[in-house]
Order: sequence, then C-alpha cells, then structure tokens
Amino acid sequence: MNDVFETPVLHVSRDQLIETVVGLRDEGYVSVLDVTAVDYLEHPGRHDLPPEVEPERFELVVTLISHAAPGRTRLRVQVPADDPVVPTLFDLFPGTEALEREVADMFGIAFEGHPDPTRILMPPDWEGHPLRKDFAVGRIPVQFKATR
Amino acid sequence: MSAPETTAEAATDPSVTDEATAEAVRRREDSAVLRIGEDDGERLEAESSASDTSMIMNMGPQHPSTHGVLRLMLEMEGETVMRSKPVIGYLHTGMEKTAETLTYLQGPTNVTRMDYAAPLFSELAFSMATEALLGLELPPRATWIRMLMCELNRISSHLLFQATNGMDIGAVSMMLYGWREREEALRLLETITGLRMNHNYIRPGGVAADLPDGWRDEVLTLIDTLPARLNEFDTLLTGQPIYRERLQGVGVINTAECLALGVTGPILRSTGYAWDLRRDMPYLAYDQVEFDVVVGTYGDCFDRYAIRLNEIRESIGILAQILDQMPSGDYRVQDKKVTPPPRARIDESMEALIHHFKIFTEGFKVPAGEVYAAVESPRGELGCYMVSDGSAVPYRMHIRGPSFVNLQTLPHLMRGGMVADAVAIISSVDPIMGEVDR
Repeated sequence: MNDVFETPVLHVSRDQLIETVVGLRDEGYVSVLDVTAVDYLEHPGRHDLPPEVEPERFELVVTLISHAAPGRTRLRVQVPADDPVVPTLFDLFPGTEALEREVADMFGIAFEGHPDPTRILMPPDWEGHPLRKDFAVGRIPVQFKATR
Repeated sequence: MSAPETTAEAATDPSVTDEATAEAVRRREDSAVLRIGEDDGERLEAESSASDTSMIMNMGPQHPSTHGVLRLMLEMEGETVMRSKPVIGYLHTGMEKTAETLTYLQGPTNVTRMDYAAPLFSELAFSMATEALLGLELPPRATWIRMLMCELNRISSHLLFQATNGMDIGAVSMMLYGWREREEALRLLETITGLRMNHNYIRPGGVAADLPDGWRDEVLTLIDTLPARLNEFDTLLTGQPIYRERLQGVGVINTAECLALGVTGPILRSTGYAWDLRRDMPYLAYDQVEFDVVVGTYGDCFDRYAIRLNEIRESIGILAQILDQMPSGDYRVQDKKVTPPPRARIDESMEALIHHFKIFTEGFKVPAGEVYAAVESPRGELGCYMVSDGSAVPYRMHIRGPSFVNLQTLPHLMRGGMVADAVAIISSVDPIMGEVDR
C-alpha cells in the first residue's frame, strides 16, 4: 500500500457523528473534503469492519483534512436501510451542502436539518436512487456474453 | 495592486476554524444562497406583488459564459444580484454507476471523460487508488512519465482558462492566443498518447506506452516558446486598465470561507493560503522537484487569473526538471497479474496470447478494501474513493470533483455584484461541467 494514501479510519455511529466531527475540527481538521456513501447490498462479505460495529446496508463515508499536520481522516458511518437518516454536517461545514444533496439524490439517505433537501443531479421528478445496488443499469443488448 | 507573490512557508491559521468564524460563514451562506426548487422560479414570479422589486432570472443552461450547461437562478434587484442558486445535473450521465460495470483496466476510459480539460488527473487518481489496493510499487520511469504528462496537462488546462476568461471579459483576441498556445500543448499530448483529449494513457500499473522518439525535443520546444507567449499575455491583459477594472475587487472570498466550503485549488490559494497537495502531501515524485506554490492576496477574480498564469510558469519549471531527471527503465510495472505481455511475445507464444486475452476481457482481480487517493488537479483536490469486493470491477467508485465543490462559492462571490460581474466570477471559478455532473 502506498503510504501517501494510508488514511486513519474511524467507525462512528450516527449519534456520534456530529460530536466526532466537532472534535476533529477542534483538533485542526479544517475542511470536509468529501461526503459519499456505499450501498453494501451485494457485497459478498465485509471483513474490514471491527467486531463491535454492526454492518448495515448503507455506509456514509466522510473525509476530513488537516492542514497543520497534513493528513486526512475518514469516518465510516453505518446507516440502516429501514431508517436511512443521518444528521447533516452543514452547520459545521457549509461546504457539505452539495455533497450531501448528491448522497441523498443517489442513495436516498436523508440528512436531518439540511437546508435544501432537493435532488441535485437527477430531475426533481425522478423516481428511485440510481447508485443503489438494486437500481438497474440500462443496457443495450450486444451479441457477446457479459464478461462478468 | 494585487500582484500575487510566491511563498514557500506553510500557511496554517488556527483561527480559521473557531466558532465565531464558522458562524459568520454560515450567516453569509444563508444570505447568499437561494433555496428554492428548480421549478419554483416562475411560480414565485407570478405570486410576487407589484411593490416587490426583486425578480428571479434564469441564466443558462444554454449560455456562452457558463462553460457548458450550468444554470443559475438569480434573484435580481435591478441589475444587482442578490441571492442565487446554481442548478446542475444537465450533463449527468451516471458515470459513477457506469464505473461499477467496467473493469479496472477499462475504468480510466470512463473517468477521463469527467474533467475533459484535465483528463489525465482523473486517470491518475483512479490509477493510484487501484494501485494502492493492489499494493503495487511503480517503476521510477512510470512515475516520472506521469508527472511529465500531468504538468503538460496542467499547462493546457490553465491556457484554456486564460482563453475563456479573456473571452468572457470581452478581450476576445485573448481567446485566439490562449487557444493557439493550448493547441501546442495538446499537440504534444497527442504525440505521446495518440489523442488530444480523453487520453486513457495513465492506467493502473503504469502508463499505456513509453514516450515516443523525439519527445525530449518536442517538450524542449514547448518550454522554450511558452514563456515569451506568457509575457505577451501579461502585455495584453495583466497591465491593461479595462481588464483589471473588470476583475479587481470582484468576487472576493476569504480563507475561512474557502475552508468552510471545502474549496481547494487556485480559489483557496487566491486568498493567500498556501495549500498545494504537490508540496504539502507529495505524491508521485513531487518531493524531488522544486517549485513555488503561487498565492494571491485579495481572493478576487484578478488573483485567480494571475495565479493560474503563474502556475503555468511553475509547471514549465517542473517540466525542465523532469527532462533532466527522467530515469530509464520500464514504463509499467512488470507484474504478470496486471500487465499484458509485450506485443512481440503474442505472435510467438500461445500462452502470451491467452494471457493478453484474459487481461483485456476478464480484467484482473483487486483485493477487497477501500481507499481514497487524491491528486492536485488544476482545479483543486481531485479524489477517488474506491471500494473493492475482490472482483475485477470496482464495487463502488466515487470521484470527488473539485469543480463540484468549488461551484458552491458562486452565490457567495456573486452576492451584491452586477450581473456583468457574474460572468467574470463564473469564469474565475473555472468549473468544468463534465466533472460537476459526472
């Protein structure tokens, strides 16, 4: 593994998310770079979670950066499929607005307290959340067998 | 005068994260961003009373100064922009979803179409994420070729900015000069990769092909001719009163706001904050070359213009050092798992043919795991978050596009300005819509 990209990972629950980000901010993490999510519906087996973390279908991934001691930290938050709601980070870092809207649009994860919970990339009347694993990819039939 | 100065000292200001500043940023955000639905403009317009002097105006999505299909909803008070909202998604083609069906070898063909002005950076982030999961160590020549290509691409991307920025402000002759110089850089990229854009040249495991004969002379010709041309840009634009008048003091942002909004790249540096991944978190071999991180002073449109112009000069300096230090050796890793056999072997060995065929049809399996790899693209931090489930296609591939995040500064920069300034501001943020919408 290339050392440059080795990033400490913190597994936090939804309730701890805000206080963890506040704590990191006070430690010198000046910016939230990225908010994204993964749908683990079809993943064959997840071995990278510590035993005390209960795996859920969705995982919210937040990347923060510290400039004083250059480095990033990644937060991984388990989000259950039957209650996909996460508190917003907008009040701490307003730059997460568009990123959270994208996650809400693509995965159907709601951000509690977000100022503008509308779709960002898909049309407003679109049904479904395209990056979920049970959302089919459109296909053009070809004569070759799929390589997978 | 807001002539940018170069500095090498680490700029870290602890005060930018304190409570009061976050609150101030938040307040400005609330007063600048128009939070209404995409279709609500007309309804609000119909409901508004005669005494209400503000109106909602649409700019785009088809507008020459929006650099693609960006739509802005502007709340106008006469000719003054009050609140605004960027509406995006017109170029959304689901590239992150597509990535889940393409093998790791096909992946770069997909991501290279995101930021089409700087395609090699997306390929680089994708390849580095894949290599981090595979645990591959690249041969030095591959690393240096990647640096050479990225700096060439940074030059062509910033030249494109100079051209379009000039055009947006009304210095139309600048468009021709910027395009002429960019074409020189693209011709060189074409000589090396075979394509002017969407190169698919940087691939997991190295690069697609070794540098062609005569590459050194061509790079030398470029770095000999460019500095004089850049001085012409200075004569044409930098000192010109009308041009300065249009840019100075327009679209001002400060460091605390940039950091709170997650902004990176030239916009962050224009506030006087020296942060460049190439220097502060070096990847490839950037710790072995010398260059200055160009910063501005006022965080206005002029600083952003001047930073990009001077970054071209820094890139030329890096290219000269790369020419001196380019090592010999392999241009891709010699690992049978990810590297197809040499072309000549395929004609004589059945096993080599099968091996070649399997790599290009089935792909190679990547160990399960997740990684975030980031590079400094001409627009800021370009990150690739990748999750592998152990198969030959990524389980999830996400690109953190700098344009996407930087676009959030538009309402802040435009508030209180004239609608003509809005054009200058969009241009100075330099968004590439392919990367915004993906």
